[in-house]
Amino acid sequence: MNIHEYQAKQLLAQYGVNVPFEIPAKSLAEVRPAAEKIAASGSAKVVVKSQIHAGGRGKGTFKSGFQGGVKVTSSVDEAVEVAGKMFGQTLVTKQTGAEGRQVQTLLLAAGAKIKKEFYLAVLLNRETSRPLIMASTEGGMDIEEVAEKHPEKICKETIDPAVGIMPYQARKVAAALGLKGDLFNAGVKLITGVYNTWWECDAAMVELNPLAVVELADGKETVMALDAKISLDDNALYRHKNIMEMRDLNEEAPLEIEASKFALNYIKLDGSIACLVNGAGLAMATMDIVQHFGAMPANFLDVGGGASKDQVTAAFKIILSDPNVKGILVNIFGGIMDCNVIATGIVAAVKETGLKLPLVVRLEGNNVAAGKKTLAESGVAIINGDTMSDAAQKIVKAVGK
Amino acid sequence: MAILVTPQTKVLVQGITGSFGAKHAQLSIDYGTLIVAGVTPGKGGQFFEHGGKKVPIFDTVAEAVKQSGATASAVFVPPPFAADAILEGADAGLELVVAITEGIPVRDMVRVKRAMQGNTKTRLIGPNCPGLVTPGEGKDSHGGCRIGIAPGYIHKKGNIGVVSRSGTLTYEAVWQLTSRGVGQSTCVGIGGDPVNGTSHLDVIKLFNADPETTGIIMIGEIGGSAEEEAAEWIKANCKKPVAGFIAGATAPPGRRMGHAGAIVSGGKGTAEAKIAAFKAAGIGVAVTPSEMADTLLKMM
Repeated sequence: MNIHEYQAKQLLAQYGVNVPFEIPAKSLAEVRPAAEKIAASGSAKVVVKSQIHAGGRGKGTFKSGFQGGVKVTSSVDEAVEVAGKMFGQTLVTKQTGAEGRQVQTLLLAAGAKIKKEFYLAVLLNRETSRPLIMASTEGGMDIEEVAEKHPEKICKETIDPAVGIMPYQARKVAAALGLKGDLFNAGVKLITGVYNTWWECDAAMVELNPLAVVELADGKETVMALDAKISLDDNALYRHKNIMEMRDLNEEAPLEIEASKFALNYIKLDGSIACLVNGAGLAMATMDIVQHFGAMPANFLDVGGGASKDQVTAAFKIILSDPNVKGILVNIFGGIMDCNVIATGIVAAVKETGLKLPLVVRLEGNNVAAGKKTLAESGVAIINGDTMSDAAQKIVKAVGK
Repeated sequence: MAILVTPQTKVLVQGITGSFGAKHAQLSIDYGTLIVAGVTPGKGGQFFEHGGKKVPIFDTVAEAVKQSGATASAVFVPPPFAADAILEGADAGLELVVAITEGIPVRDMVRVKRAMQGNTKTRLIGPNCPGLVTPGEGKDSHGGCRIGIAPGYIHKKGNIGVVSRSGTLTYEAVWQLTSRGVGQSTCVGIGGDPVNGTSHLDVIKLFNADPETTGIIMIGEIGGSAEEEAAEWIKANCKKPVAGFIAGATAPPGRRMGHAGAIVSGGKGTAEAKIAAFKAAGIGVAVTPSEMADTLLKMM
C-alpha cells in the first residue's frame, strides 16, 4: 500500500525526523486558513503541493493545461489562486500514465531555502535479506540514473536486524553525505529516525528525495525531509491500524478495489484478452503466452487456490467491466480443486453475465473429464483449449476474427 | 535417492487442527506420506484421526520430535504466528521446515533469516510455497513424501528435478512431464516471497549432486536476482541439462503480480534480464510455458 507525502511525513515525524511546517487541505475552503498559518509561522513563501500517489509532480501538467503539480507562491492570495487551479483537477506525470490522477488533497508547506539536496532511502536488500540504507549526495535526481552512471556516489549501509541501526552506522551515512558540525549531528538523528520508521511501520520502502540542508528564517541551517514517499508491506498492515486508515481508495483503480472485496488478485492492463487463472505464477505465464501468440492481456487475475463459484462469477463481472476486453481466456490447473466445481462456476457466470464475447477454457487436473463434460453439455458457447498453448492460440484467433 | 525428503521421511504438521493444515495433512496421509505427529499448542494429548490413522498431537514441536522421531515439518500456522512456528521447528532440531503460510510480514522473515543464520542443521523452504514432493512408486505416485499443498497424483517417480517459485506453474511443468511418461526425482516450490529460506541455487546444487536426478527444470519469475545467481552457478558447475521458464514478461513495472516478491522495481528483476542470464548459462529457455517439459527433453 502507498500513502501520500503528507501522511509519510506524519509517520516520519513520529520517529524524530525533521520535516517542514506543513498542513494538508482536503477542500478548497481549507486552503486559505492553512496558508495563513504557514505565512504566520514566518515563512515568506507558501508551497502548494498536489498529493497523488505518483512521482514527477513538479514537472507534471494538469489536463486543464495548468503547468506543475508543485508551486512555490509568494503570498497567501497567490497560494489560494494556485490551489484553485489544482484542486479537483487531473494531474498527468511521467508516472501516472495518460489518464492522470485527480488531485483531492493539497499540502501547504513553509518555503525552505535549500542549500544542498541529498537522497536517502531504506529498503529490503533481497540478496542479503537485510535492511539497507541507501544515500547519495545527488539529491533531487532519479536515483536509478545515479546508480547507473555514478555508482561511487551512492553509499550503502546494511543493517543487522538483530541489533537494529547502530549509531556508528548513522554516522557513516552522515559523513558520506558530507555533513559537518551541528548538521552532522542533526543528520545522524534524522537517518536513525528514517530507519526506525521503516522498521517500526513495516515499510517496504521509505524514500526522501530530496533530503535537504535548508536555511531557516534566522539564518541557521538544518537538515529536513522536503519530500517523502513510503510504501508499506501489505502483509503487515494488520498490526498497524493507524496506517491502514491512511489508505486512499481514490488512488486505486475501481476494478481492483472491487476485486479485493472477493479476495481476487486483479491488476488491470491495456490489452484485449482477459485472463482468469488460478495461481500467481500461472497467471503471469498465461499473460505471457497470450502476448507470444500476438495479442495483449487485458489483466492479471489470480482467483487463488480454492476459488468458489461466487468468486468465479465476481471475476467474470470484473473482467467484463473493462471495455477493452474482446475475449476471455480461462486457464485453471485444478490440482486439488475439483475441475467440475470450476466448470459449474464458469457456466453459471456465463449465464448470469449474459456473456457475448468469445470464451476459451482450458481445464486440467482433478476430475477434469467431468468438468469438460459440464462445459460441453452446458449449451453455452465455450471453446475448449487442451493445453495452454492451444487455448492461447484459440482465443487470439477468435478475437482476431 | 531424490533430494531433501524420501518416502521414509517422518513428517510432522504444525497447525494440524486448522482447516487448511488438517485438509492437507489428510491428503498427505492419503498419498502415503508418513505423517507421524501434529502440533497445536493447547491440544497436546489429542489425536488427529484420518483414514484409520491416529496421529498424536503435541503442544510443542520439541515434544513432537522427541516422541515421534519426525525430521521434517510442514508449517500451516496463520501469518501472525508463522515466524514463531518456523523458529520453533529449527529449535527442535528438525532437518527441514517447510513454511506453506502465505502473507507473513517481510520484517518477520528478516528476523527469522537472521535467527537461522549459521544454523547448519535446519533448512527452511518457503514461506508462501506449495512445498515439495518426492514421488512414490505406487499408482499415481502413491507412497511418496508430500509436504505441503501440491496435488500428489500428478507426479510420477523418475529422474527430473523441478524447482520453482510458483505453485500452479510447478504443477503445470510436472504434469507436462508426467503426461509424456517422464517422472520426477523431487519437485520443490521455494515460494513467492522476497525473503525465503531456500533459493533456486540451493536446490539446483542439491539436484546436481543427486545421482538419481538426470535433468532439471527451473521456473522463475520477475523480481529479485535469484534466477541470475543460479544461472551463473549452473554455467560454471552444473553437469546436468537444465531447462527453464521465466514468468512475467508482460507484467507492468512497479506492480506486485500476486506474489509479494514478483515485482520489477527500478528496472531490476525483469524477465528479459533473467532470460538473457539463462541463455548465457546454456539453460534451455521454453518460449512459452506450454513447452517447459519438451524444452528439457530435447536437451537430454
